[in-house]
Amino acid sequence: MSQSIEKEELLLSSIKDKFGDKVSELYVNPKRIKILVDRENILNVATFVRDLGFNQVISAGGTDFPKEDSFVVDYHLISVDHEDLKRIIFNLSTKFPKNEPKTPTLMEVWPSAEYHEQETFEMLGIIFEGHPRMERLLLPEDWNDIPPLRKEFKLPSRLVEHGSS
Amino acid sequence: MEVVDQEGRTLTFSIGPQHPGSGHFRLIVKVDGDFIVDVKPDPGYVHRGAEKMCEERTYIQNIPHLERPVIFDSSGILFPYVLAVEELLGVQAPPRAQYIRIIMAELNRIISHLYWLAIYGIFLGHSTMFMWPMGDRELFIDLAEAIGGTRVTFSYFVPGGVRNDLPPEFKERALKTCAYFEKRLKEYDRIFFSNPMFLKRTQDIGVLKREDAIRLGVTGPNLRASGISSDTRKDEPYSSYQTIKWDIPVRKEGDCYARAMVRFQELFDSMSIIRQALDLIPEGSVKIAMRGQIKGKVGESFARTEAARGTMFYHIISDGATHPYRVKISVPSFRSLCAMPFLLKGNHLADMPAIYWGLDYWPVEADK
Amino acid sequence: MVTSGSAASVLVGKVSDVIGSIVEQAVKEPVRYIVNWGRLYALWPVHIETACCSIEFGAASGPRYDLERFGVLEAFGSLRQCDLLVVQGTITRKMVPRLKWIYEQMPEPKWVMAMGACAISGGLYIDSYNVVPGIDKFIPVDVYVPGCPPRPETLIQGFIELQNKIRKTKVR
Repeated sequence: MSQSIEKEELLLSSIKDKFGDKVSELYVNPKRIKILVDRENILNVATFVRDLGFNQVISAGGTDFPKEDSFVVDYHLISVDHEDLKRIIFNLSTKFPKNEPKTPTLMEVWPSAEYHEQETFEMLGIIFEGHPRMERLLLPEDWNDIPPLRKEFKLPSRLVEHGSS
Repeated sequence: MEVVDQEGRTLTFSIGPQHPGSGHFRLIVKVDGDFIVDVKPDPGYVHRGAEKMCEERTYIQNIPHLERPVIFDSSGILFPYVLAVEELLGVQAPPRAQYIRIIMAELNRIISHLYWLAIYGIFLGHSTMFMWPMGDRELFIDLAEAIGGTRVTFSYFVPGGVRNDLPPEFKERALKTCAYFEKRLKEYDRIFFSNPMFLKRTQDIGVLKREDAIRLGVTGPNLRASGISSDTRKDEPYSSYQTIKWDIPVRKEGDCYARAMVRFQELFDSMSIIRQALDLIPEGSVKIAMRGQIKGKVGESFARTEAARGTMFYHIISDGATHPYRVKISVPSFRSLCAMPFLLKGNHLADMPAIYWGLDYWPVEADK
Repeated sequence: MVTSGSAASVLVGKVSDVIGSIVEQAVKEPVRYIVNWGRLYALWPVHIETACCSIEFGAASGPRYDLERFGVLEAFGSLRQCDLLVVQGTITRKMVPRLKWIYEQMPEPKWVMAMGACAISGGLYIDSYNVVPGIDKFIPVDVYVPGCPPRPETLIQGFIELQNKIRKTKVR
């Protein structure tokens, strides 16, 4: 079933017109747009995307790519009240090296990103500069291991009885 | 109402993690007399590490444990996972399976809303409203059990379709249950939703205006109660929802009463959707035959559906192996953590149960 | 001399045995029976809805399965008036100290029921980084109710097993 991606391409071209090669397009599919931005420019691009009409962060998370020695942080954005944007999920992502795990927070642009960024900090160890609470959210208070979603962290195997204290 | 936070007047204490409510969740509350000054949510008491476990299991092995965060709406939390995996595999479920998925998802929505209603009744001190929804819920659990095989966590949706077909004479049973329940809902309205005590405890309490609802990331019935007509089943229709007709219930007040009435109306809508799906369901197979271990193609996919609490979202990254590389789950309860402190501040402490459970925050789901 | 004294003490010993067993049968046994009867038909569980199994516990309290006919009434008030702790679901490492505090706050006599596979052994989540493999390493458990989640009928059987156990206990 061929779906028109006119609206998606229009949005992407308006972003490219404004930011040029600071933004690289990863893909444009029916109902899905994904772009990659450097962390230095992410605040400006995010403000522009919000003003286009994408007003809620539905998810924000990170992934560890040890083979490329980098982290990727993905923000998934939706629009809840613009009729022609409602069907699109906009994926704004940024990539940075693993030995400098920091990126600016997007809380001023989208307050709904607050707890997602806090969880990503806890699970991967990425610091969101400007976030008021880079602290524990879900893990126990006495957690002293590396952040669990990093690939170096291995789950205890089912055959080994892991310590109970 | 202005709350003055003077030195020595405020008291900080915890509500939870064991509290006369549902689920382990702690709120660190600062009060000035009877008014709440500040609230800090402290989730994580039921954090079971679902995202990490997904990376260690195959695509099919992930299904049982991904159902358990919100066990009574298990189809709601599993639906986007199977849609995302199907996108990675490049397949689509057959039409009959799509309609069966609609029926199962709406049954789960009714079951979930009735559990919400039962606990809301207890929170507001109306214990009949605990017993009635719990009893009527059993009828819908019987229907779901006839399809899925167990009372909860059916593990019924699989990538490529559903596990088995509907049992014979399912349509007659379902229509009979829906007809009975629609009459019952009128009685619910009389004793609870029109009850002056309920109105006093929920009207104009915890008002969430339209701009704040969008800003704070609220989705689902909570968003529809603040005047925004947004429902993933209509915004981005999946699994043949585009062939079903119903109106999205929207209310403008944004208070606890509006949130309760939106859910009440959704009970009627879900029964109407089930009836339409049973009429439109075509014959055919219910599953695509897949051989061997499922291996997603290299890439990523994301999918969202409308679960009972709001928009459920999955992001799966695959590197071609039998295990997913990364599964990111975004649940509606976690997103309403943003709205909770905003709504609770400035209110009486006694209004806390009405606001907290009115948002339908389920701690086990939020902690994944 | 010694023999008559020891014969007398043996006689006294035997008589006191007989009197003791009469007292045991006629007085202590009925008292034990009545006290245990009072306890086992009024088990009040703490309201601690942990995770998934709590839904089936709620359904068991509903009209169809009706736990209240067994005397099991969930006390929504204080922990100090409960005597049964039903651990309904997965206990994570963050929750373990709080679970111990809850157990210690309950007055004696108290019993613990481990409901569901996660409370018994970690269940489905046994290899997770945050889940403890069973609660019986922290608090003593009296009855294990298997299932994931257990059906309400299984839960009711668990309560009946607990009641049988209480019926046979010695009164402290």
